[in-house]
Amino acid sequence: MIDTTKKLTPKERLAIPPQEMPAQDPIARRRNMEEVALGYSEEQARLEALRCLQCKNAPCIPSCPVRIDIPGFIAQIAEGNYKEALTILRESNLFPAICGRVCPQEVQCQSTCTVGRSLKDIDKAVSIGRLERFAADWERLHGELEVPPVKPSTGKRVAIIGSGPAGLAAAADLAKEGHQVTIFEAFHKPGGVMIYGIPEFRLPKAIVQREIEILERMGVKIITNFLVGRTRSLRDLLEKDGFDAIFIGSGAGLPKFMGIPGENLVGVFSANEYLTRANLMKAYEKGKADTPIYPAKRVAVLGGGNVAMDAARMAVRLGAEEVFVIYRRTEKEMPARVEEVAHAKEEGVIFRFLENAKRILGDEKSRVIGIECLSYQLGEPDASGRRRPVEIPGSEHVIEVDSVIVAIGNESHPLLLQTNPEIAVDKHGHIITDETGKTSMDRVYAGGDIVLGSATVILAMGQGRRAAASIHNFLMGNS
Amino acid sequence: MHRIVSKKQLSEEVFRITVEAPYIAEARKPGQFVIVQRNSDYAERIPLTIADADPIRGTITLIFQTVGKSTHKLAELEVGQYIQNILGPLGRPTHIERFGRVVCVGGGIGAAPMYPIAQAMKQAGNHLIVILGARTKELLIMEEEMRAIADELIVVTDDGSYGRKALVTEPLKELCQASPRPDCVVAIGPPIMMKFCAETTRPFGIKTIVSLNTIMIDGTGMCGGCRVTVGEETKFVCVDGPEFDGHLVDFNNMMLRLSAYKEIEQKAHEECHLEMKLKEMNSAKGKGNP
Ligand SMILES: Cc1cc2nc3c(=O)[nH]c(=O)nc-3n(C[C@H](O)[C@H](O)[C@H](O)COP(=O)(O)OP(=O)(O)OC[C@H]3O[C@@H](n4cnc5c(N)ncnc54)[C@H](O)[C@@H]3O)c2cc1C
Ligand SMILES: Cc1cc2nc3c(=O)[nH]c(=O)nc-3n(C[C@H](O)[C@H](O)[C@H](O)COP(=O)(O)OP(=O)(O)OC[C@H]3O[C@@H](n4cnc5c(N)ncnc54)[C@H](O)[C@@H]3O)c2cc1C
Ligand code: SF4
Ligand code: SF4
Ligand code: FES
Repeated sequence: MIDTTKKLTPKERLAIPPQEMPAQDPIARRRNMEEVALGYSEEQARLEALRCLQCKNAPCIPSCPVRIDIPGFIAQIAEGNYKEALTILRESNLFPAICGRVCPQEVQCQSTCTVGRSLKDIDKAVSIGRLERFAADWERLHGELEVPPVKPSTGKRVAIIGSGPAGLAAAADLAKEGHQVTIFEAFHKPGGVMIYGIPEFRLPKAIVQREIEILERMGVKIITNFLVGRTRSLRDLLEKDGFDAIFIGSGAGLPKFMGIPGENLVGVFSANEYLTRANLMKAYEKGKADTPIYPAKRVAVLGGGNVAMDAARMAVRLGAEEVFVIYRRTEKEMPARVEEVAHAKEEGVIFRFLENAKRILGDEKSRVIGIECLSYQLGEPDASGRRRPVEIPGSEHVIEVDSVIVAIGNESHPLLLQTNPEIAVDKHGHIITDETGKTSMDRVYAGGDIVLGSATVILAMGQGRRAAASIHNFLMGNS
Repeated sequence: MHRIVSKKQLSEEVFRITVEAPYIAEARKPGQFVIVQRNSDYAERIPLTIADADPIRGTITLIFQTVGKSTHKLAELEVGQYIQNILGPLGRPTHIERFGRVVCVGGGIGAAPMYPIAQAMKQAGNHLIVILGARTKELLIMEEEMRAIADELIVVTDDGSYGRKALVTEPLKELCQASPRPDCVVAIGPPIMMKFCAETTRPFGIKTIVSLNTIMIDGTGMCGGCRVTVGEETKFVCVDGPEFDGHLVDFNNMMLRLSAYKEIEQKAHEECHLEMKLKEMNSAKGKGNP
């Protein structure tokens, strides 16, 4: 056992083995919706925290999009001061329990960690995300729900469109400054992708709901079932309803399809549809939920990102016998988080690399019976530096499946912009903002996926906070 | 929360409810719809057309047929009770203009969503001909309302129990052959009816608008579940529609997609009926032995 009371040398710290996160048994979790990763025990957390070298230059900090004082909060965990750790986390990150779970740490904070570098293995970097999760969970399990103090009312009103991470973060910061904040959300539940997209087994909904409850206690009003652009226009919100400013965080909600023959057959779904049925509409609670889900036994998931992993792992849990992830490059190029890929493999998801769908085949009732694929090989690197997949002529082959989930990404949600042509967008339909988050329309700001394209939870939050700061400046007349 | 302020059974399977929804009542235009969800926990989100609205009282009227579990559960709600979630108005409004002669074909429950469109077409100065069709007399709805606004009203039933014994396509064809010919046809009803209305007008080259009732989840363009093939393109009914050029819609694909959950829905529907029966029996028993 390591004596945590005396100061450790860097060498001793590097000798501590990386702490593995306990996880639910893969066989058991194939058939339940409960969280897969179980979180560190206190002892594990403190050991993992001791692995941090407390680097003076802290190369991890600039790799975190919200620049958390990483060595600072880790030192507190090492000392057993979990509450203090959380206070440091919350200075930069409003939702550590969420980010600790879903951040792609291996390409963010942990990618530059000195420990990973010294051990020549990025997987051996300090598990910053897991520690962040630990501190947040500890408070959730041991502490009262703490509502941050709110400044006296400024009398200014801000409308926030969309309740994803961008909107929630903006709302929190603006409410703290004493502005009256109303969030408008199209769905019947707030949370954006964190509620309808990312599955329960990766991000328990209770965690997201708790963050939202804190916001409500801070006085933020949330109006669900309200589609800005249809229920009311942006102009109406400013002119009729008297909002002083608007933040748009409407996300990248438009599912992309492949444009291949057979895509409109019965049994072909966008990942958005599949995951919304399963998560938001709780189709997995058979017998309780009224929303049906397609009873698929052999499922092909097209794509290689987080969305594809979520869809594939959800299909496993909903009773599919074989689930294939079809990706046209190799595992190395897959954009999904390494941990999700590993979990998917443990759960029996079958990866078919260097293959791509050419068309989807149906029976006489237009139900999916298979997918015709082409094999690929890697050619020259393309603009993104990744080697371009090149199809092998004549390599057509059929995989028998009864369902296909298209998970090749999302584009920006067009509705709000269709109905508000005064907001300038780029050629991808992303809202153009200046560096403060301001759009081309007066008093209207934007952030998150609607500006960045499909990004991450933490980036969306960062953008929400940045825009909140400039809205605050604008409202107080010191911009 | 949306309180039900009035409720009326229009036929054995058709109900009309008026509910509080002030924003929607103010913003809605003919042809638009809402997504209704009884409660946030386990209920389904189902699309229903806004049949009428009163912006002053802040209410909207929905007319629906009990075809499955969700519509049955909706029909169980009484005046004073609440629907938790209503989202809208959704979809693009009907393109209303002064075409000249307009024929509105409402089949079955389709007469309900047709009403606000017919009303607007009339107001725009069109000569309005309405064809109402139903399987049988008991299922015919909106006759009085339509009679009040139409220049000509033609009623048909499949079994001849009321009006003319015919399918809606018969009088439609006659109108197309007559002179002056209609300048625009709007058809709303079961997909098969809309398909054949479009086939009827196609040889005459008469513009034909149909309103598609695909399966939907969000109704905001985010899931793609409502997609249909129109011309060579994939369209999302909830944001690009619900109305499309009937001559371009791939109805066969649409009908097959509508049946995606048929078995599950049928089972849910049967269970729902069983439950209703049990309830009825229990309450009868309750009355028998106080
Ligand atoms: C399946 C899936 C898995 C993912 N996994 C990860 C992960 O592991 N880690 C990670 O960091 N990121 C992940 N992401 C990406 C991440 O979720 C997004 O980058 C992030 O949620 C974007 O936040 P946002 O606030 O911009 O928008 P969103 O979360 O998309 O929220 C936008 C909200 O706005 C609402 N809305 C849209 N238009 C209107 C309107 N007109 N009126 C009212 N409301 C409107 C929508 O209903 C929605 O609730 C994943 C995404 C998906 C789809
Ligand atoms: C834009 C739009 C507007 C609509 N407006 C109205 C309206 O004003 N009044 C009304 O009664 N209905 C309307 N519908 C149809 C209505 O949404 C469905 O009847 C309802 O969702 C059925 O739900 P359920 O659970 O009761 O039945 P389910 O169990 O889902 O279905 C029962 C049976 O009905 C069939 N069915 C399912 N959905 C539809 C559908 N959309 N159209 C035809 N058959 C279907 C199924 O194949 C099944 O056999 C509209 C649909 C759309 C897309
Ligand atoms: S917020 Fe994300 S990137 Fe930043 S420290 Fe936490 S896990 Fe790392
Ligand atoms: S780089 Fe790694 S070791 Fe250094 S302070 Fe950051 S987390 Fe600790
Ligand atoms: S209902 Fe989801 S995109 Fe139309």
